[in-house]
Amino acid sequence: MRICGLNRRIIRVLLGSQYAHMLEYRAEIALWALSGVLPFIMLSVWSGSDARSGLGLDGVALDRYFLSAFLVRQFSVVWVVYAFEEDALLGRLSPYLLQPLHPLWRYVAAHLGEQLTRLPFAALIAALFFAVQPQAFWLPSLGGLLLAWLATWMAFAIAFLFQSLIAALCFWSEKASALERLQFIPFLFLSGLLAPLTAFPPAVRAMSQWTPFPYLIDFPARVLAGQPVDLLAGFGAQLAWIALLLPLVLMIWRAGVRRYSAMGA
Amino acid sequence: MGRYWRTLRRFWCTAVAVQLEYQVNVLIELLAVAMSLSGSLFLLSLFYGPEQTLGGWNWAQALMVQGLYTVFDGMATTWLRPNLGAIVTHVREGTLDFVLLKPIDSQFWLSLRTLSPAGLPEIGLGLGLLGWGSHQAGVVLTLPSLCTVLVMLLAGGLILYSLWFLIAATSIWFVKTWNATEVLRALLASGRYPLNAYPPALRLLFTLVLPVAFLTTVPAQVLLGEAAAPMLLAGLGLAVLFFAAARAFWLFALRFYTSASS
Repeated sequence: MRICGLNRRIIRVLLGSQYAHMLEYRAEIALWALSGVLPFIMLSVWSGSDARSGLGLDGVALDRYFLSAFLVRQFSVVWVVYAFEEDALLGRLSPYLLQPLHPLWRYVAAHLGEQLTRLPFAALIAALFFAVQPQAFWLPSLGGLLLAWLATWMAFAIAFLFQSLIAALCFWSEKASALERLQFIPFLFLSGLLAPLTAFPPAVRAMSQWTPFPYLIDFPARVLAGQPVDLLAGFGAQLAWIALLLPLVLMIWRAGVRRYSAMGA
Repeated sequence: MGRYWRTLRRFWCTAVAVQLEYQVNVLIELLAVAMSLSGSLFLLSLFYGPEQTLGGWNWAQALMVQGLYTVFDGMATTWLRPNLGAIVTHVREGTLDFVLLKPIDSQFWLSLRTLSPAGLPEIGLGLGLLGWGSHQAGVVLTLPSLCTVLVMLLAGGLILYSLWFLIAATSIWFVKTWNATEVLRALLASGRYPLNAYPPALRLLFTLVLPVAFLTTVPAQVLLGEAAAPMLLAGLGLAVLFFAAARAFWLFALRFYTSASS
């Protein structure tokens, strides 16, 4: 039986082959993991600053928040627009479209394979962090860990759908990846990667709640760090964004495929 | 020498001519720079309240540092990324052979072949921010301080170029690690804030190992009249040292270059 074109065998083969593929590039992925050090740089600035007291994150809570932000980012990085652009440009997309499987599943599997390859490197960086800051060490409870895992995956789903939407626009315009660059800027500043949302002035904070960005880093990171957080509102907002984006992506994708003409056609 | 100047002019004229074909890109770039700068200023403002400073630097002084960072970021977009980013492609596709065969220094060719005007608005905005911050901080510009700052900016540029080139040159061995420069870029982001905003251990790292301090903090200190002579000398020394290292490393790396097919 196939659900959304998938059955257990297809899932196993897709994930297995993509994981093997990503393992080949482990040096590259290790460097990507390392290039996510920005939260640590921001942590060192925040922890020595006068503005720290306004964050509501005392003592080791700040260290834990930024480490969690780093980890959440590691497992919600999305690059589907670049992979898709290359595939479309080189004509690899045409055979994918002929297969009785939505091409987006292939990219989902590639991302999951990459996350699995990234896991040891991210764990190593976290271990290094604890070696430098042993007082910040904590083990989340099993329930907390599962919730954080779920929140991170939901964040990944939102980011993936959002970028697939931009990728699907590649069917119409070659400038679509520039759009990705433009949306990355508000993501960077509003997601909580550089500053916890509690640092924002109330007006900016209220406004940012209406964008998907805080649910990509700030919310999952707070769950992972064991901060008191409104779980219902957070997961509700994540679900709402997925419910909004999913039909939109499928619709635009279908319209795009209809107007797609392969290279040389 | 004259030959190199003539070649350089040709290189850049053709690069600009090519870029002018893509005018929409300029608009997108402008928008991205404006958004990015306002985001950075917003983030910086979070550290400031009444009576608050960042590592002993007040708002106007921190703006100067931010402006200098923007200038260097624009420089990276204009000059370093298009040129040094292409080295990996040359190694992977074997087109480095053609570069090496040309009767011109290969490092010169690889480092200055093209120019992307997309980063120029960023440099302009950065200089504007630096000027505004200096004005607010009450900087009095004298001829000696202007000369010193220009020299320090050149030294900073040389350090940034050498670091970037050193990393790019390792692609002779490790073709796949093209994104090592992304790690460098992430670490360079620490130059957005004054050096004193960091804990002592990181200060040492950002001064000696990864000399971000000489890109932004030290030139701002020169303008504010706070720079210490040993720091300036250290900056110049490091610039020369890093450039010499980049040059020596490139000549060493070329000995290990075997063309793509061999």
